[in-house]
Amino acid sequence: MTFGQLPYDVAHLLGGFMLLLSFVLLYQRGVAAVVNTFAAQGAILAAAAAWQGFVQGAPQLYLTAFIAFAAKAVLIPLALRILIRRLDLHRNVEPALGIGPSMIAGVALVALAILVVLPITAGSRAIAREDLALALSVVLLGMLMMITRRNAILQVVGLMSLENGLILAAVGVAGMPLVVELSTAALVMLLLVVAGVFVFQIRERFDTVDTALLEPHRGEQP
Amino acid sequence: MLTGLAAGVAALLLLALAALPLGRLPFVGRMVHGGCLAVCLWLAGVALAVLLGGEAPTPLVLPVGPPWGAALLALDGLSAWFLLLLGLVGAAASLSGMGAEAPPSLPAFPLFLAGMVLSLGAGDGFTLLFGFELMSFASWALVAARHEQAENRAAARLYLIFALAAGAALVPAFGLLAAHAGGASFALLRAAPPEGWLAAAVLLLGLIGAGAKAGLVPLHAWLPLAHPAAPSHVSALMSGAMTKVALYVLARLLLDLCGPAQPSWWGLPLIALGALSALLGALRANLEDDTKTLLACSTIENIGVITLGLGLVLAFRGADLGGLAALAAAAALLHAMTHGVFKTLLFLSAGAVLHAAGSRRIDRLGGLIHAMPATAACALVGVAAAASLPPLSGFASEWLLLQALLAGWRVQEIGFQVAAAAATAIAAMAAALAAAAMLRLYGLVFLGRPRSPRGAGAHEVQGPEAWALWLPAGLTVLFGLFPGVLAQLAAPAVQALAGAAARPPGGWWLLQTGEGGAGYRPLAIALLLGLVVLGLWLWRRQVAPGGAQRGPVWNCGFIDPPPHLPFGDPFTQPTAGGIAQPLRRMLGVPLFAAREAVEMPRPGETRAARYEAGFQDPSLPLLLAPIARAREALAAQAERLRDLTIRRNLSLAFGLLVGLLALLAWLEAR
Repeated sequence: MTFGQLPYDVAHLLGGFMLLLSFVLLYQRGVAAVVNTFAAQGAILAAAAAWQGFVQGAPQLYLTAFIAFAAKAVLIPLALRILIRRLDLHRNVEPALGIGPSMIAGVALVALAILVVLPITAGSRAIAREDLALALSVVLLGMLMMITRRNAILQVVGLMSLENGLILAAVGVAGMPLVVELSTAALVMLLLVVAGVFVFQIRERFDTVDTALLEPHRGEQP
Repeated sequence: MLTGLAAGVAALLLLALAALPLGRLPFVGRMVHGGCLAVCLWLAGVALAVLLGGEAPTPLVLPVGPPWGAALLALDGLSAWFLLLLGLVGAAASLSGMGAEAPPSLPAFPLFLAGMVLSLGAGDGFTLLFGFELMSFASWALVAARHEQAENRAAARLYLIFALAAGAALVPAFGLLAAHAGGASFALLRAAPPEGWLAAAVLLLGLIGAGAKAGLVPLHAWLPLAHPAAPSHVSALMSGAMTKVALYVLARLLLDLCGPAQPSWWGLPLIALGALSALLGALRANLEDDTKTLLACSTIENIGVITLGLGLVLAFRGADLGGLAALAAAAALLHAMTHGVFKTLLFLSAGAVLHAAGSRRIDRLGGLIHAMPATAACALVGVAAAASLPPLSGFASEWLLLQALLAGWRVQEIGFQVAAAAATAIAAMAAALAAAAMLRLYGLVFLGRPRSPRGAGAHEVQGPEAWALWLPAGLTVLFGLFPGVLAQLAAPAVQALAGAAARPPGGWWLLQTGEGGAGYRPLAIALLLGLVVLGLWLWRRQVAPGGAQRGPVWNCGFIDPPPHLPFGDPFTQPTAGGIAQPLRRMLGVPLFAAREAVEMPRPGETRAARYEAGFQDPSLPLLLAPIARAREALAAQAERLRDLTIRRNLSLAFGLLVGLLALLAWLEAR
């Protein structure tokens, strides 16, 4: 199965689309737009999982796709939107790193992921190789988003985008048991709860969700 | 035989396990130490069987081990020789421990023994390091057992730091070798000797790792503190056996596993460090005024002497002088054995004195030969051996070593010849200084008059504590009278160090450096000495037929002491500091920064004049102080990490991940 065959091309297309959405997440300034992009990424992830289920003939991946769709594309974005409305966060937030530098850093990270993954997996099936490189790129971009944003909600989105990359890697490998997806999905729900509580706590105490405001309270200058 | 070794280790571990819940019961200390005694004797028998009957052909694979390879047990000549030493020293120390009250850290004692046995009986690098670390930590627990006193806590802390440093150097040394050879078993390591920078790194790391545990200068700062802090039978075991295990690791790593083809200059660092240790240790032993600290400093001296011998083996072997390499190897091995035994004897004697006379300070002891005649006789044997007087065991090994050093000119390079000549001078000086230190120790502790009421009320020790002195004392005399037999017994170990063709010097009656070379006949010397003593005795009978009369001690012309000083005026007896003064002024000023200050009262002032004298070990300002400063600076830097923001913390983790991935990509590209 190589370039030019349908299963490979579609999987590649979906993975590439997720990576593209990761870049969108990276430069998006509006909070609501970020959540929308994240929902789109969740939907693509679900599509990728379903496609893999179809190609590999593994029906459990349809379940994964359903969970991913329900959680990533519907429930979590919905929760985040409610959160934004209640916290009144409909304004643009400045990232800590400018758009240009973060884009360059993102491209460098993708190059690094490809440099690392392709030689390691030489000899295994091409579909797994490309998928793994794309997934590692999504993971790294998610981490980059976490450190370039000051807003707590956007950091949470970065964490979940990172987790999307993990699931993309998991579904790309044939024969991966379902347990992983279930547990990771549950983990993300839990993380969301924790992060939500965290955000409310900040809101209650300091009337803002900018984590930079925490810093003076630790006895330091930001 | 390997099964016997494994059974010994298992028995020691079981004893430690049994001591854990039962340690508070009164009879358990005696039981555990008795068990250790039996196991030690058994292990000595196993070692003797290997030395006499040849080593087991295949290593024993243990059912437990690391995931990447099995743990192996193996005994060859070298390890069997050190195991024999461990068995003898351990037996004496355990016997003495039966007499003492059970310390709070009872389970650590069998663990300490088990660690040493495992380290000696290891057939691969991992097992050796595991045993070594077990030994380090168990002995740390024993040193820290009496942690109520601040000085013991400080000693234990310093000891732990040095033990960790030793592990931190030995693990990469074995790791580098194992990565180079593709496995950690000794057979694999031997088949792939390191070269170039790898060999140099292994040499450096091995010297640091084994040297820190053995007490080689400049890594000796812990030794004079840790030995007095531990109970006496533990100090005996640490000084007699543990430092030798470290030397075994040094010999195994540098002389065996790195292959016989290493260049001649490899011996030079060992010779230099050994000579320095011998000199500094012997000199410091002359200045200390605590019996166990003094003995610990003497241990530094002897470790230096043995390391010097190992360095000579490397140098001679690299220069294709097989006979001389065998001579040096026999000297080093013999000295390891004899020093292990007589230092055990001396530490146990110091323990008996501490128990009976209540002090370790020389200035509070004195005249104990009257109150403790048996201990005094045993200690005399040990002191004479430590002063390398013939016909005792210390002389035979030091004589062999000096013979090997005197043959140093046979190596072609002029630089080595000069170094060997200098090392000879230093070794001879160290031997003389050691003799002076031992004379001072024995004279002040056992001769003269008591210096304190507690010392005057001393009584002879009883039971196992007294019996434990006779085992090493008898062995010291035996080894001294038959060093040739001992050298023959060491033949497999000598061959492991100096090459398979090596023949150890010696036979039944004499110790000879080679065909037609110099020889030493201890029995003849003993006979001559006996004849002289007999003649003196007969002569005394003749001139004084009525027998000896005891009279008052001549007090150097001082007036008689007042009645409130029943033991005599303390000022009429020399003190430890007083005897040390000439050497402190001659050699202590350049080497130990010794200082003296007299503070006279001004005219008309009524206070007394003060005289202060002291010295400082050079490793404190030159090694420990810079390390402590570096630690402070590092800690201050690390403290700044605590003040990072959430984003910076995340960035740190992210940066580390990206860095690792980049490293991976770079490694793949190569």
